[in-house]
Amino acid sequence: MMSGETTTLDIRNLNLGFRGYTGTTEVLHGVSLNVAPEEKVALVGESGSGKTVIARIVLGLLQSLPTSIITGEIRFEGQDLSRMPPADWRRFRGTRMSMIFQDPTSSLNPVYTIGVQFHEVHKRDDAGVSTAESKDRAAAILREVSIEDPDRVLDSYPFQLSGGMNQRVMIAMALANEPALLIADEPGTALDVTVQDQTLRLMHRLVNDHRTSVLFISHNLGVVREFADRVYVIYKGRIVEDGPTAAVFREPRHPYTRALMAAAPRITGGGIPDIADDQEAFLADHESHAGELPAGTGAVRDG
Amino acid sequence: MRAMQASCPPEQVPFVMGDLLLQLRNLSKTFRLGVHSVRAVDGVSVDVIRGECLAIVGESGSGKSTVANMILGILPPDPGGEIRFKDEVLPVRRKHGHRRAMQLVQQNPLSSLNPKRSIGASIRLALDAHRIGPRSERPARVRALLEEVGLSAELAPRPPSALSGGQRQRVAIARALACESELVVLDEPTSALDVLVQARVLALLSDLRARRNLTYAFITHDLSVVRNIADRIMVMEKGRIVETEETGSLFRNPRHICTRRLIGAVPVIEPEEIEFRERVRAGWWSEGDEIETERKQSHVEPTQQEPVRNKMSD
Repeated sequence: MMSGETTTLDIRNLNLGFRGYTGTTEVLHGVSLNVAPEEKVALVGESGSGKTVIARIVLGLLQSLPTSIITGEIRFEGQDLSRMPPADWRRFRGTRMSMIFQDPTSSLNPVYTIGVQFHEVHKRDDAGVSTAESKDRAAAILREVSIEDPDRVLDSYPFQLSGGMNQRVMIAMALANEPALLIADEPGTALDVTVQDQTLRLMHRLVNDHRTSVLFISHNLGVVREFADRVYVIYKGRIVEDGPTAAVFREPRHPYTRALMAAAPRITGGGIPDIADDQEAFLADHESHAGELPAGTGAVRDG
Repeated sequence: MRAMQASCPPEQVPFVMGDLLLQLRNLSKTFRLGVHSVRAVDGVSVDVIRGECLAIVGESGSGKSTVANMILGILPPDPGGEIRFKDEVLPVRRKHGHRRAMQLVQQNPLSSLNPKRSIGASIRLALDAHRIGPRSERPARVRALLEEVGLSAELAPRPPSALSGGQRQRVAIARALACESELVVLDEPTSALDVLVQARVLALLSDLRARRNLTYAFITHDLSVVRNIADRIMVMEKGRIVETEETGSLFRNPRHICTRRLIGAVPVIEPEEIEFRERVRAGWWSEGDEIETERKQSHVEPTQQEPVRNKMSD
């Protein structure tokens, strides 16, 4: 396990642009965020805010794209990933850091059984792992995600399992090599509410048991409130607010965060929230309030 | 049919509901796959009152979309089922007028709008297909429809790909309005949208219903959306109706385990919501709070509501 001092993930002043025919489109504007060991951090924002590209950059998946321009520093367990050769970075993927995607059914390979796919994952960490050993380890972790008959599941193809079951398989697979960091991109959004709820509780328990750090990407504030220790709110490629989950929810400071909270329909009623049609206002507000938000503009914690 | 007093979200003025618009009687649907058969919908009977928003909720696979497809005539119900629209039994093969009277708004506007056609042309097609208004007036009508759903008429020549998700859903709504339908079936109309966009689209739907006196069948699995837009809620599980209640009383007293499970799974934000959800999860209310007094009032309601309450048919 990690020592307490090294930050698991430390992103500083990350910028991303895409080169196009008409010039460069800036997507991220100096994003800084960090995840401490065993901490569960959420990144909240709407579609197009840049939250998924951050995950892809951390995994090193966007760097190979010829049109992308990335600057900034990404430190993972103390090592500077941005200066690392791609081959070394690759060693981390699937072993020290792993990812859960939104739609479990499309991110599992349809032509291999779950058992074969688990074996692939185990081989990332230890190339010589035997089929029998991989099967035992897979069965053990599948039991942890409340799959009662792991042997049947290991012999199944993804399409033979339900969406909720596939999502649990994905979670088990992501944690199979005991990663230090798990990136979860909108897990469960493709599932219906009750299955999503169960899946998230399960994931919460599992990352606590395995002492995994989590970067949790979501647009759903309610889900974030239940899952994360700390929250970053991202809007148009900028972190506009961050803080401990309870504090941000009790007292949201940025107008965009307040609007997000106000827009969620309440289970206790109160009618449909009245939201102004003008989205640009938040950013103008952000710029004029920038001085008031030291924490929101990427404060780096000691460590 | 006697009129009923609908309970609305608190800020809205209560209004009196009219007669029955749609009656579903013993609707079932069996899908056959080789030797296997699945009964997706099993004996659903419900009355939809003109002007109301009836929410159909349930988990995935509970049969809610199949009910919608049968209402719209996309799927024929099993023999024995009957759909009455304005006191007329609808045939399995719908006539032109029936199709015009009810329209659908789907979850994903990107797949329900033709990507090669401008949004103006998509709306125009609906007008042409149902021969609405004189031909010369139709371009103006397209512009008026776009403006009615809060879009600029300037957007008409653009393809759906040039619009945001929320704008596309507004186009889908405008197209449904084009036929001047009385019943609009909304199948998860906001689940693909971000929370801010969702709030605006819900406000638009609520506004349009009041302005055009529309009737909604609102299909979703999100109980927090339903809480704020529906007059009545029909909860489905495994193809059957387990509970049909006026919104306020369903949330005051969710009786069926399936309803409680759906409410208990909603991600919530505010302390009072958390408290409310915990009580639902625990299964019963704590004593001595305002919910308790509200529940006493609701004991009186069933007799008033009896004529429109739907019985579970077995």
